Amino acid sequence: MSGEHLNITLKIWRQNSPNDNGQFEEFKVSISPDASILEMLDELNNNLEREGKRPVAFESDCREGICGTCGIVINGHPHGPLPKTATCQLHMRNFKDGDVIYLEPFRAAAFPIIRDLIVDRSAFDKIQQAGGYISFNTGGAPDANTIPIGKDVAAEALDAAECIGCGACVAACKNSSAMLFVGAKVSQYALLPQGQPERYKRVQTMVAAMDEAGFGSCTNTYACEAECPKGISIMNIARMNRDFIKSKIVEQEVDI
Amino acid sequence: MGWLTTSLNRSIGKKFVMALTGSLLMLFLIIHLIGNLTLYGGREAFNGYVETLEVVKPVVRVIEVILALIFIYHIFNGVRLWWENKKAKPDKYAINANKEITTFSSRTTIVTGSIIFIFLVLHLSTFWYQFNISGHPETGSFEFYDIVTYWFNQPVYSIVYIIAVLLLGFHLNHGFQSAFQTFGWNKKRYFPTIKLIGTIYALIISLGFASIPIYFLLTGGK
Repeated sequence: MSGEHLNITLKIWRQNSPNDNGQFEEFKVSISPDASILEMLDELNNNLEREGKRPVAFESDCREGICGTCGIVINGHPHGPLPKTATCQLHMRNFKDGDVIYLEPFRAAAFPIIRDLIVDRSAFDKIQQAGGYISFNTGGAPDANTIPIGKDVAAEALDAAECIGCGACVAACKNSSAMLFVGAKVSQYALLPQGQPERYKRVQTMVAAMDEAGFGSCTNTYACEAECPKGISIMNIARMNRDFIKSKIVEQEVDI
Repeated sequence: MGWLTTSLNRSIGKKFVMALTGSLLMLFLIIHLIGNLTLYGGREAFNGYVETLEVVKPVVRVIEVILALIFIYHIFNGVRLWWENKKAKPDKYAINANKEITTFSSRTTIVTGSIIFIFLVLHLSTFWYQFNISGHPETGSFEFYDIVTYWFNQPVYSIVYIIAVLLLGFHLNHGFQSAFQTFGWNKKRYFPTIKLIGTIYALIISLGFASIPIYFLLTGGK
């Protein structure tokens, strides 16, 4: 089997703590093409620990591409060069023997680096807490399908809800704008009847939370859509813009 | 007024300002180009057009002030966005993959915009100043067509003019589709059409303006 292994040169961002100056460290690995990029890092870390060195810090959870925990910028692409693929689903067979691969953390002022490839994405939690939910009275659970929703509308809402909140949009954007994330979160409720009561309040509070967290403004270059592992459409940003402008002009202004 | 200031200083508010001022400037460019095309009609057509504007001078003055305010807000807001966005992304990646997935027009608005601004100062200090205040740079006469030929027969001035309006084309190519997206007037099914119309608009404006100094360089004016 070792004959089929790929010889890869890794340049991995090493940074001890948030305030340290980081730099790239070079590693040579020989890895099976069937390994995912995270499995390759697991193997590298095993070797580093064996040698008594500090392993590379990175995040992962489900490794099925649905939790949004993993996220490494691979050769300049958040989640790697393959479209609609999360880091954990990217396999080494997409690289060639002798390749040099740069692994970096998501870079944004709003996502401070904690260590190596791990960044603090709690700014997203703050945006969610500002309005990314619906409120309803407690009591018996309502029957399913009592409110009819057209198939196309449901599909569009679910497309928006596919966002896993990984932050790749922020990482890809030259302005570190979070508008694809917030656009998706606003849209998934704005499209459905259950989201209507708080529709215009939600867009105002979530946008305010986004601005306060230090994300940049969208300049419509659409890098986010190209890099999103779930293919979230920029039409969600258009919907958020529409709702925000409408909320300011014809709907109730919210005290934030 | 508090709500308006707060709203316009939100991230989407700032985008909205860029889109609204940009759209008004795009409208102005169409009118400006149509006016300039009278140069192809020769001396009488162009002088006649400028003299018609002289008749409604107070209206033109009011429009000029409004235009200046729109320009200033567009430039101020654009520079502010650029600066804030730079701060939001302090560190760059080792490999810049952005080039593969975004357009040249969209990445370079601050660069093209800055050059257009420098050109605008030059443009106002020559054409606008001489049409309105000083007259022909040599004779001091208000023979408008002669002022145009004076400048466009200078190859350096014409080349600067042509480069500036071509860069303006890139700026507009981004701005047109961007305005629709910012206003939220966007759906998947007609976004490609919006982009196409934006590119056609940008081509008409930049090639339309660029054709005039080229025409003067080649023919020397009639």
